[in-house]
Amino acid sequence: MAKAENKNRVLLDFEKPLAELYQKLDKLLALQKSGKMDMSEEIKMLEKRIENTRREIFSNLTPIEIVQVARFLQRPTTLEYINMIFEDFVELHGDRNFADDPALVAGLAKLDGRSVVVLGHQKGHSTKENLARNFGMANPEGYRKALRVMRLAERYGKPIISFIDTPGAYPGIGAEERGQAEAIAKNLREMAELTVPFIAVITGEGGSGGALGIAMGNRVLMMEFAIYSVISPEGCASILFRDATRAKEAAVNMKITAKDLYELGVIDEIIKEPIGGAHQNPELAAKNIKSAIIKHLEPLLSLSHRELIADRYQKYRKMGIFKEE
Amino acid sequence: MSIHDWFKRKKLQKETEYTHERLDIPGNLWVKCYKCKQTLFAKDLENNLKVCPKCNYHFKLTAKERIKQLTENDSFKEIDASLISVNFLNFRDTKDYGDRIKETMLKSGLKEAIVTGFAKIGEIEVALGIMDFSFMGGSMGSVVGEKFTRLVEAALEKKVPVVVVSTSGGARMQESIMSLMQMAKTCAALGRLRENGIPYISVLTDPTTGGVSASYAMLGDINIAEPGALIGFAGPRVIEQTIRQKLPAGFQRAEYLLEHGMVDIVCERKKLKETLLKILRFFRD
Repeated sequence: MAKAENKNRVLLDFEKPLAELYQKLDKLLALQKSGKMDMSEEIKMLEKRIENTRREIFSNLTPIEIVQVARFLQRPTTLEYINMIFEDFVELHGDRNFADDPALVAGLAKLDGRSVVVLGHQKGHSTKENLARNFGMANPEGYRKALRVMRLAERYGKPIISFIDTPGAYPGIGAEERGQAEAIAKNLREMAELTVPFIAVITGEGGSGGALGIAMGNRVLMMEFAIYSVISPEGCASILFRDATRAKEAAVNMKITAKDLYELGVIDEIIKEPIGGAHQNPELAAKNIKSAIIKHLEPLLSLSHRELIADRYQKYRKMGIFKEE
Repeated sequence: MSIHDWFKRKKLQKETEYTHERLDIPGNLWVKCYKCKQTLFAKDLENNLKVCPKCNYHFKLTAKERIKQLTENDSFKEIDASLISVNFLNFRDTKDYGDRIKETMLKSGLKEAIVTGFAKIGEIEVALGIMDFSFMGGSMGSVVGEKFTRLVEAALEKKVPVVVVSTSGGARMQESIMSLMQMAKTCAALGRLRENGIPYISVLTDPTTGGVSASYAMLGDINIAEPGALIGFAGPRVIEQTIRQKLPAGFQRAEYLLEHGMVDIVCERKKLKETLLKILRFFRD
């Protein structure tokens, strides 16, 4: 519990109005603790006020603020979600080719008793953890591990659930030498052909090809404060506006929020987050994800292999807006 | 941006001038090779398939030039020429995307960054897609993805092999998420082609990076690269900035990819047609 309280206190930039209220709350708590006065009523009221202020702030976030929430260090990671949503998780490692990629985790699990294969990008909560996980930026071996476990799922007829949270596929020398482009491209082609139900959940950052490389589900669900885009707002600003400081503007133009993507038909459902974002109440966030997964998985379970492939093909075949003269 | 990059950009700008302005203007007799700096007789360069006779530098080709080099006379029949990009996000960077499309159309004489159709290479009919870097850096938006997908679907129906010559900086940022979705769409179509046993030959030319390399360009049954072509997932500048190291010599060039097992063949432009034909005949017979 102490840890959860701590998490509340790490404020996002735009949550600054809460800092003062928390200071007041601390004073009241100290008074209460000293036993000199009964402040429980006041504490309750102030806590309510903090919640209301937070709700108000979060009901009106700008795209660049949503980017901050999506990238927040406190945001629950894939392994945390896996442990909250599934039972009997057994992590699997390695692409059987080159290495194990700690930036992309995968394994066997049970979803309310049903065997499923789960996978996703793994970030950390601290610099140390993030260095170990390469900030959730997978190398080719990560994408090949993902494909290996998806194939495993297919062989045994188990549904696949993927969690997307990455700034992008890793742009490094080794990644290029080992075929980052080929690894992602092959995943796209193979995901289209999978004969089992596949649900992708964008939980944090959906960074370009690195995200899509494990996200070609029959259904794509997205958390309320997650983002999904072809390039980061900073990257877009620096290339197109020739000015990296115009990321705020780029974030608006690019339409990267769950609401925008739902309107564009790219995602199938927006998963509601707790007030103040998933990190404020990871258990509730996980619960919401779980019910969304079950709701979308259920109708897919009765489809034949052929129907599942056709369903996926139609979903992506429709993507694109143009005119024909 | 480092000074190094600035010079690189200058060089790149110059090269574009040579390929797309100077070379196309009749009466411009002399051209300087961007790589070896030798002054070349423009006619010699044209006759050499736009490959520098002195240093073998492969100049960029327009779609029109590529079609002429690879296919039998008048055999190319274009399909889906009427697909046009629209600024559906009201995207605006330094310019409105809609205006940018119009200007690029005028400047390049093209309607999009890929031309698709059916043609004959030797005696063999193929579904042919040719990308053109002069149309917004060959970037892939909805139209490129759609034309590629329709080409593959048409090839499936006609049961003819697919040959696509790629050159692209990657996904078209002005179409944001929709350009990313084109990667999924095109690869799904290639999955169908594969299931049906129809061959797909991918020719990667300078440069092929980002969303196009990470989708259809890398998925050939056979991948062929032109000498010296820059091919990769991330651009060299992004990698340098991420790892804060100098990149090894020849990094991400066609020969480097061959060495690392990512392409089957590095093929000189003058041998490209005969190589394609050998491969096509292999699949036919």
